Amino acid sequence: MPNDPCESREDARPTPPAARVTMQRQGPILVDGPVEVELEDGTTVSSDRFRVALCTCRRSRRYPWCDTSHRKRV
Amino acid sequence: MDDAHRGPQLPPARGPLSAAVTAHLLDTGPLPRPADAAAADPYGDDLQLALYLCYELHYRGFAGVAAAREWDPDLLRVRAALEDRFLTALRADTPGHASLDEALGELLVEPVDGSGVSYHLRDEGELWQVREYAAQRSLYHLKEADPHAWVLPRLWGRAKAAMAAVEFDEYGGGRAARVHARLFADLMTDLGLDTAYGRYLDAASAEALATVNMMSLFGLHRALRGALVGHFAAVEITSSPGSRRLAEAMRRTGAGKAAEFFYDEHVEADAVHEQVVRHEVIAGLLEEEPHLAADIAFGVDATGYLEDRLGGRLLGDWRAGRSSLRVPLTAEAVGAC
Repeated sequence: MPNDPCESREDARPTPPAARVTMQRQGPILVDGPVEVELEDGTTVSSDRFRVALCTCRRSRRYPWCDTSHRKRV
Repeated sequence: MDDAHRGPQLPPARGPLSAAVTAHLLDTGPLPRPADAAAADPYGDDLQLALYLCYELHYRGFAGVAAAREWDPDLLRVRAALEDRFLTALRADTPGHASLDEALGELLVEPVDGSGVSYHLRDEGELWQVREYAAQRSLYHLKEADPHAWVLPRLWGRAKAAMAAVEFDEYGGGRAARVHARLFADLMTDLGLDTAYGRYLDAASAEALATVNMMSLFGLHRALRGALVGHFAAVEITSSPGSRRLAEAMRRTGAGKAAEFFYDEHVEADAVHEQVVRHEVIAGLLEEEPHLAADIAFGVDATGYLEDRLGGRLLGDWRAGRSSLRVPLTAEAVGAC
């Protein structure tokens, strides 16, 4: 679709760019901030950092934010 | 107030090199000869302070020293001799990994039985040791992220964009109250320390000066941009778990809410920064300049080497019941109550 303002109709909202999420097998999900996270208990936490690391190992003590607890312990 | 009256006081000299640099800065005596630098202990108090004085002219300078001294060619010649002594020793003494992946890999695992300053402070540190730690670290944290900003013009593309983003976060994301250096000043207030920039330069040990001098050395030389990036990666990768231990130390010793917040913020921020530095800054730099891999690894390893020396110094003094500082802290009231 050409990005020509003349073609946009008044009722057409601009489509926001798709949210880009970076997955890793070992480590957090990375997503561009600001981010609002709805937790299982219905509460919401937010971060306005330029990028946010979301815990996937469930060991973080600052869940849902990554605190590097996924690291191998040797 | 003109520039010559701003900035911290020059600290007392620690030997002939730092005495001569001080005298030159105040127009009261000649500079040391480069041969004097070549003969000095590369990690000793005298050389490290002399180098620190040279570098500080690029940050905030000293009271009574003309701002133009920053580009004094005679002083720069002496600085080069001091740097050469320090960097040559660092390259020779740093236990290097065979590859960058190995150097980073070692930092990406958590030791089950870790030892070091943050473990000590978490498990059994006393409040006076927490205060000394903050005073020693204040040399860096009151200019947190500044030495790394020098590298931005030397990077390109992904590496530059990602490095700038991390620095933006270090500088509070546009909010003065969230600048990390400011958060550290708040921690110092909790601990009853003086937050004036450069206030504890006279008290800091040579090992603490060396960690900051390394950042300035890597930051101010384009030729060492790989080492700067490696150093930054090492700091960011190790910071999150280390900051968690230090946050626990602040809680256990009742240091205060701002003191806890400084390290809590670093647990979360540096878990992100670590990812960005590895996947964007390092990967981006290697894409542009693959020949820098060995320099990046050197920056990682040299950081570990100098941090271990500082940790050994602090723990050695504390376990012997001694202060780690050259000038003991005054017993000011701690503001945590």
